[in-house]
Amino acid sequence: MADGVVTVLGAVKRPRREAGTPAQEALALKDALAQALAEIETLVGCTAGDASDMLAFQAAMLSDDELARPAFESVSAGESASAAWEVAIADEISGYRAGEDAYFSARATDLEDIRDRVLGHLTPAADGELIPGGSVLVATDLPLSRFLGIDWAQGGAIVLTEGSPTSHVAMLARARRVPMVVGLGAAAGSMAGREALVDAASGEVVLDPTDDTRTAFAARAGRAEVDAAAAAVFRRRPAATKDGTAISVNLNAASAEELQGIDPAICDGIGLVRTELMFYGPGGPPDEDAQYEAYRRILVWAQGRPVTIRTLDAGGDKPIEGVTMSGESNPFLGVRGIRLSLRHPALFQTQLRALARAAAHADLRIMLPMVTVPAELEAARTLLDEAMTSLAGDRIPAVRPKLGIMIEVPAAAIAVDQFDADFFSIGSNDLTQYVTAAGRDIGAVADLADPLNPAVMRLIASVAQHGRDSGRGVSLCGDAGGEPRVIGALLHAGLRSLSVAPQSVAAAKQAIAGVDLRGATS
Amino acid sequence: MKDETAAEQATDRAELINAVGLHARPSVKLTQLAKTFDCRVEIALSADGPWVDAKSPVKVMRVKAPRGAVLHVRASGKSARAAAAALMGLVRDGFGEAMDQPADQSHG
Repeated sequence: MADGVVTVLGAVKRPRREAGTPAQEALALKDALAQALAEIETLVGCTAGDASDMLAFQAAMLSDDELARPAFESVSAGESASAAWEVAIADEISGYRAGEDAYFSARATDLEDIRDRVLGHLTPAADGELIPGGSVLVATDLPLSRFLGIDWAQGGAIVLTEGSPTSHVAMLARARRVPMVVGLGAAAGSMAGREALVDAASGEVVLDPTDDTRTAFAARAGRAEVDAAAAAVFRRRPAATKDGTAISVNLNAASAEELQGIDPAICDGIGLVRTELMFYGPGGPPDEDAQYEAYRRILVWAQGRPVTIRTLDAGGDKPIEGVTMSGESNPFLGVRGIRLSLRHPALFQTQLRALARAAAHADLRIMLPMVTVPAELEAARTLLDEAMTSLAGDRIPAVRPKLGIMIEVPAAAIAVDQFDADFFSIGSNDLTQYVTAAGRDIGAVADLADPLNPAVMRLIASVAQHGRDSGRGVSLCGDAGGEPRVIGALLHAGLRSLSVAPQSVAAAKQAIAGVDLRGATS
Repeated sequence: MKDETAAEQATDRAELINAVGLHARPSVKLTQLAKTFDCRVEIALSADGPWVDAKSPVKVMRVKAPRGAVLHVRASGKSARAAAAALMGLVRDGFGEAMDQPADQSHG
């Protein structure tokens, strides 16, 4: 919500550019494109998260020769650089606007932003509207670069007569908590210079408000501010409970690509890397070098934070052609996880070698899924021994990673003391479905598959207790770790480390901060 | 003299499961990944084409592939199989974006 004076952002009139020779025009266009790209790359460097991604999109488009190719063709046919560029981009924009897909239509604004930035270098006199800080900015639509040029720290709001809630500016406005209303449809010109109250949550814009309306708005604004700020603040902070107990919050991920754009500072490490996704595809499983490279890139992202990588967890609901068994009557109780890897020793050995090679670069730990009996852990340990020996024989640098197991089969949870693992990680999704005998893929029994079931919680508490008694780390990497309603119970059960999806970090940390462990038995 | 063995070929396909299809951010990720491979990599919405260069964000955006569409990839040249597998891996992973969680996106 915001209260401010309306500034109307009009269409910028640009002086026409006289065409020089085709060679001069081509050079001018080339320079303008290069300068626009350099500016955007500078902006990328000083933004983060969504804003950075959006600018990266503009940078990617500008670095693609295909974008300006039609313009260069017109230039060589005698057109001025600015006219050629405007026509070429107009074609591209109309293609985006053509479909009914709102997301693609919204990207047209980014192209307009690119267009204007390049035009600004072709006709440098065109710039110049200054937006006072704290204004309620009214416009048909707002380009990203204009948004970034305004000092939103002084307050203010955006009201667009057109615009889209899925545009980059809308996403950025949400991220920076600038109130924004789109698709207002009113005539923008009549609003100039008048006081306006903007409530983005309700989509209300009140012109020339009375004192009573203003007071009511201010009260609502205060409450909304408190709620919104609360969650966001937690994302970057180290997680701690109300009584100051530190909690390790880690991320679940599947690839380095997925982590791009996420600041590693929001987490204490990667608690689960799902390696299955690499194994899909008609080319069959990735070779040792491809796996090594994939793991190494995740370690690079983590900047020294520990990374726990789970060996192939195929089978169950994750079949892989040519590897998993087909036609099992109950795949969740069939050959999956470590059971499958031990049946494919060559495949498993390749993964273990790749993991040990990557471990030479940073703190990498191996986690085995679906372990049921200690013999499976020991068989995997023997294979890891062989992998280390063969790597040493091949004179390939490698470090023996710690070897831990997932606790998701009730047999392992109940008899956890039987397993000589370096660490334990509770897979709450499978543990819950196996303990409650309620399949997570069956909607009709979904309410039975509740991690808060006391039987599940007692098992988690006993695994956490064993971890403390034996000095082995215990973490949890199921969906429950990211669910605010479950987090309190998990911490009271004795867990001090959770691994969650990147988008759950803020809410998880906020939930943790609300938990008071004083007086807890553990 | 021609080296026929050098022409490694690969095709694959995958459904776009992320919330909004092949829009800005996924297109950037896809093209960045494609550029890490030396081979030719192309995508299409049908096995019959039209095929577009997976290394060009402008061309990839023109495809306007929505959520639920099946994206086809074909690659030829050095490490073509790895390239096709990597690109489709990214698609199957929903480009690492938040999405409606199908069962196999959970993990424990």
